[in-house]
Amino acid sequence: MNKYAKFAALIAVVVGTLIWLATAGSTQSETYYKTVKELNSMSGKSKTNKIRVGGDVAAGSIVRKADIVEFTLQQETATLRVAYDGRDPLPDTFKDGAQALADGRLGPDGVFHANKIQAKCSSKYQSKPGEAPAGLKAVPASKASI
Amino acid sequence: MENIGALALLLAFCVSLYAIVASAVGKIKNRPFLIVSGERAVYAVWVLVTTASGILVYSLLTGDFRFAYVAGHSNRDMDTIYKFTAWWGGQEGSLLFWSWILSTYAAVAVFTNRNKLRQIMPWVTAILSFVQLFFLLINNFVANPFQMLAVDKLVTSVADGLGLNPQLQYYAMAIHPPMLYLGYVGFAVPFAFAMGSLITRQPGDTWIHTTRRWSIVAWLFQSCGIMLGSAWAFDALGWGGYWMWDPVENASLLPWLAGTAFLHSVMMQEKKGMMKVWNMVLIATTFFLCIFGTFLTRSGIVSSVHAFAESSIGRYFVGFLAIGISATVYLILDRLPYLKSESPLESVVSRESSFLFNNLLLLASCFAVLWGTLFPVISEAISNEKISLDAPWFNRLMIPIGLGLLFLTGVGPLFAWRRTSIESLRRNFMLPGLLGCVLAAGLFIAGIHNFWALISLGLCMFVASTIVSEFFRGSLAIAQKQKMNFVRATFELTHRNTRRYGGYLVHMGIVLMFVGWTGQAFNKNTTAEVAMGKSFSVGAYDLKVTDVNSGDNPNYKWDSAVLEVSKHGKPFTTLEPERRYYKSAQQGLGHVALYNGLDEDLYVNFAASEGEGKVTLQGYVFPLVSWIWIGTLVLIFGTLVALVPSKVQRQYARTQIVGVAENKVAIEN
Repeated sequence: MNKYAKFAALIAVVVGTLIWLATAGSTQSETYYKTVKELNSMSGKSKTNKIRVGGDVAAGSIVRKADIVEFTLQQETATLRVAYDGRDPLPDTFKDGAQALADGRLGPDGVFHANKIQAKCSSKYQSKPGEAPAGLKAVPASKASI
Repeated sequence: MENIGALALLLAFCVSLYAIVASAVGKIKNRPFLIVSGERAVYAVWVLVTTASGILVYSLLTGDFRFAYVAGHSNRDMDTIYKFTAWWGGQEGSLLFWSWILSTYAAVAVFTNRNKLRQIMPWVTAILSFVQLFFLLINNFVANPFQMLAVDKLVTSVADGLGLNPQLQYYAMAIHPPMLYLGYVGFAVPFAFAMGSLITRQPGDTWIHTTRRWSIVAWLFQSCGIMLGSAWAFDALGWGGYWMWDPVENASLLPWLAGTAFLHSVMMQEKKGMMKVWNMVLIATTFFLCIFGTFLTRSGIVSSVHAFAESSIGRYFVGFLAIGISATVYLILDRLPYLKSESPLESVVSRESSFLFNNLLLLASCFAVLWGTLFPVISEAISNEKISLDAPWFNRLMIPIGLGLLFLTGVGPLFAWRRTSIESLRRNFMLPGLLGCVLAAGLFIAGIHNFWALISLGLCMFVASTIVSEFFRGSLAIAQKQKMNFVRATFELTHRNTRRYGGYLVHMGIVLMFVGWTGQAFNKNTTAEVAMGKSFSVGAYDLKVTDVNSGDNPNYKWDSAVLEVSKHGKPFTTLEPERRYYKSAQQGLGHVALYNGLDEDLYVNFAASEGEGKVTLQGYVFPLVSWIWIGTLVLIFGTLVALVPSKVQRQYARTQIVGVAENKVAIEN
């Protein structure tokens, strides 16, 4: 066999295998991003997909039971009840008012069953230019000059 | 103060612009004065950016909370070291830090080459200044670190700041960003030299020789940065994960993969004059992936735990990438005739071919990671559904690619250039191949039936023995010839060709890291709610709670548990996991207790205090994980060895193709 044909064949085998690995069964590892609103309006269809939903953790909604943590995700007026039964401990950033991403599936009862939660502190670390970040105790200008 | 800082940044912006114009015009019109003034402008930019950075750091250290940045990322009670590291703890500061590193690198590159490479240097200055200009544009007009709080809102100061994100108040996290940035920015220099050499149609590989150390140092910083991030995740997140295929982790991995491909592929050009176009493409890819990585981290385009809030900054990066990539593609296409290969590929079983496949796999993995990371964006564009690909997808692709690369690590260096005879294959690979198979078979009999783990450990054995045998044979030859003892002969061998043997050490580091990664297949864990005096077990360990404490300091409150650990019933060690609650950030953070062993790590996380001496603890056993960090240290050591100049200066003979030279080679053979 011509040496270039050999190279071409080897490269084709490698690339082909990788493409096969990348596409075969990728539906199992696909997660659909949905907003709380979209989930609320999604009745009956494509519920089997893995879903990632994001929103703010409603203040005071976190309830810790034996192995499950329940809380409410909020996006403007829409809300979604989430039950977390995953193995890993909840991230430290997960608390009232945090932005959270929940991975899981929507159950028939309308509760979202999550097996993975990611959270980041809300606007606390990012404020708009010129505004005091939420939570900062501001000192009026007159006192500050002292 | 703030005005001086802001003014310095603005001036730096103008001076950078001047540096570009002066260097380019000076070169085109052949005005040495202009060229020199362009180079001086680079130093001036360094002084200005350093001034601005100094002012920001000073206000962080002294707690000048009138600065929005200081108020958002520092507070009175943090350790001084974290007040300093808050420089790169947030968006504006870290972009200023980027600028500062770039200006430093540019000044060093210009200074060290002030009497050399007069053809290329003006363009190098111009290109580096162009990148600098872009970052200064961001510093000045998009994410200005000297933004004051509430100028028109009757508020000019706050009593105390929010403090640095508690998760960042951790040693590895304090130095992880600068390491990554030093790596990211470092690749700008080889890129500038490559482009300079293209613009001026330089024959030869001057740019590669000049920037070899730059590339290796940048690569080393990047490796350290990635592994520190990994170590931080392992130590700090509370469940022992060290790689999650998170978009921001991927952002740091992408340029590393391309850079690794580049470091290997330049050897083909240096020794054989091959792959010239490819090397240009690779260094440009690496550089733009560095910019892309910064973009990914800073724009929040793909949601991630790390990513900062969405901001308009992304648009600027997209613009910069578009301009930069188009210019590079145009240059390479236009200069193709100057980049002709000097020798052909000869055999599938040859050093050249192993480099080719090494590049193919590295680039394939780079593409796969990029695809997976951007899949939410791609799928949204195509089907209007935002879909993300999870860790299992990455693992399914990256494990085989990684093992393929590991295999090449073993065989590549032992293949001869041009072609390899069956005889030499047998001589070089018989024993290592046998050892690898024996280890895999032994582990299988011992009850380990995980397919990938067996393959991986078998390959690790194979590669490790090829490396050891290389050192052994070389040292033995020197020891016999020079009549010196074996250890000294090993030093001598390494010193004679630091590049080659340093490279082997780096490979050894990678092998050890693979051993550590493979251990993941055997992790164990338990979660238990235990009271004082009670115990729970994980793996071979029994953990008994002997004390529960709590305390308070200005920065955080804490709870901790004292655990007496016994292994197989024998007393083993004492661990004290802790949970902190940072006051100003109002955030809890676990502080895990860890027992590092060469065989396995015992890892205990304090999940929650339930009151009345009751605590929830999570115990994990992570087999072999220490080898990841040991491998990292070996990799660093190997890279440093490769940076030491060789004792014997080698002139790599090239296979000449043209006329007389070819006859000469033929006669000599």
